Amino acid sequence: MSDILVSEQSAPGPGGSGRPSGRLLEVDDLRVEFRTRDGVAKVINGVTYHVDAGETLAVLGESGSGKSVTAQTIMGILDTPPGFVTGGQVRFHGKDMLRMSDEERRRIRGEGIAMIFQDALSALNPVFTVGFQIAEQFRVRRGMGRAEAKKRAIDMLDQVKIPNAKGRFNNYPHQFSGGMRQRAMIAMSLALDPEVLIADEPTTALDVTVQAQIMDLLAELQRERQMGMILITHDLGVVADVADRIAVMYAGRIVEEADVYELYAKPAHPYTLGLIDSIPRLDEKGQQLRTIKGLPPNLMNIPPGCPFNPRCPMAQPVCREKVPPLLQVGPARASACHFAEELVNRV
Amino acid sequence: MGRYLLRRLLQLVPVFIGTTFLIYWLVWAVPGDPFAGKCGERRCPDQYIAFMTEKYHLDQNVFVQYANYMKNLLQGDFGQTFSQREISDIILTSYPNTLKLALVALAIEAIIGLGAGVLSGLRRNGFLDNLVLVSTLFLIALPVFVVGFVLQWLLGVQWGIIKPTVSSEMRWSELIVPGFVLGSASVAYIARVARTSIAENRRADYVRTAIAKGLPMRRVVGVHLLRNSLIPVVTLLGTDLGALMGGAIVTEGIFGINGIGRQVFRAIITKESATVVGIVVVLVLVYLVMNLLVDLLYAALDPRIRYE
Repeated sequence: MSDILVSEQSAPGPGGSGRPSGRLLEVDDLRVEFRTRDGVAKVINGVTYHVDAGETLAVLGESGSGKSVTAQTIMGILDTPPGFVTGGQVRFHGKDMLRMSDEERRRIRGEGIAMIFQDALSALNPVFTVGFQIAEQFRVRRGMGRAEAKKRAIDMLDQVKIPNAKGRFNNYPHQFSGGMRQRAMIAMSLALDPEVLIADEPTTALDVTVQAQIMDLLAELQRERQMGMILITHDLGVVADVADRIAVMYAGRIVEEADVYELYAKPAHPYTLGLIDSIPRLDEKGQQLRTIKGLPPNLMNIPPGCPFNPRCPMAQPVCREKVPPLLQVGPARASACHFAEELVNRV
Repeated sequence: MGRYLLRRLLQLVPVFIGTTFLIYWLVWAVPGDPFAGKCGERRCPDQYIAFMTEKYHLDQNVFVQYANYMKNLLQGDFGQTFSQREISDIILTSYPNTLKLALVALAIEAIIGLGAGVLSGLRRNGFLDNLVLVSTLFLIALPVFVVGFVLQWLLGVQWGIIKPTVSSEMRWSELIVPGFVLGSASVAYIARVARTSIAENRRADYVRTAIAKGLPMRRVVGVHLLRNSLIPVVTLLGTDLGALMGGAIVTEGIFGINGIGRQVFRAIITKESATVVGIVVVLVLVYLVMNLLVDLLYAALDPRIRYE
């Protein structure tokens, strides 16, 4: 069957290698499918990435590429049904979270790995004050009293640079502006001092000036706390300043992974090349914007061979037959393209 | 908030006057001789009719009558029945019974309805969910008097678990079955509203956030999910309380409870117009105040609602 694909990434077969590697957080050959009435959508098809303390990994991809679902699986907040994990591991400090008890996993949430969501207005509970929602964690997870938890929560609001944090403590989410809400969301996620922070499109719902402020804040907090950060985005511009490494996702796979400078300078996958080419440029005024032709594949019916082949300007017969594995194409970079070498070596 | 409350209270005045006038007018406009059958087999003596006409201002137009009536009412005088009994006396003896029954019914609605709704909403399509759906459909489909008579016969007569009728002391324990009968349809509606509300909010983003914060599941459900899902349930409970306090003619009748519903029913049958108006005026007032309370409660539950 051609749709069961073994990507020979860091060597694991289906089910993951299970070797402890000293990494902080590793996703290893993760597979997730959504079982719906219309059929089974293979949303994640062997994703492998890792993040270490103090580094930022950007996961880049268009809608439906599986970047958020991967994050939800890490956090254990995948909606089941319809979503089911069918293979792979998520290791935190070398231990597979997918095989932990519910209680063990719960303890990691917030304290080991925390998450920021895209739309802070719907992600914050509308009927509780912002202060309550932050202080709640200190009370429930740290057993603090009301007064101390409140003090710590105000301190958190201060750290994310919310003016008049004390006065804002008793405000409801709808009384905050969009940017302030996302700051409050960040304060909430950092309350228990997590080792890894997953930011799922943290600036998508914000306007451009606020976007930059929030990204700066995130980068600053990440440096200060030496957290590992997974930044999920579809915005190439957001990534450039903040990320150390970038993993590009397409149709539930990592198609390219590289250091941020190398990836921009010399993409090793035609999809990445297409993405970078489609950024509007100031020096090409008046020209039509470049796009990647076609649409992402239907995940219920992923084309055989390389999933990008129907849209790929470089596609050859081999692309329709063989799935390109994610292979090293240089120091600390990998690409899942049959012609990665040619792409990297072109002048 | 204060200004809103004042405005709402002022709004009650025209509503109160409008409804009570309509009731007054309708009740006295019912065709038929108010004194028919009042004096046994004989026709009432002219003297009596003249006296009563004078006493109830029956020869004046309805506006004057109403004005007179309201003037007395505002001084706490509900007037007398045709047999010279104080109407306020009737209300004072029967209304506490109705309130007691209403509270029991409300408690049962809240506990059983909400409990069943939450449990079935969390596990949609599970066994419990289907059980709740079928049994609530059953309760909604059955008229109150059927539920009442069946339970009275089964529990009271056949099995002897309860006394078939409620004693005049109105003990709380005696009111559980009548309370359930009275609230049976509402229990079902509340269970269904709670179920839908829980199931809807179960997938909400803020619930996902609460889980991602590493809160224990019982806190996620008991605090974050429940508080949001309560909003429509409380609205339903509140409006229902207004209806419950209007008395329960059928339930009170079945279990022999001397409540306001029975009194108003008797007064209508015997054409005791003054009694009907007196009781209904009280009920209108209770209903209006209950509605106001629900609106205020609504704002307390959902901070996004602000009254300006």
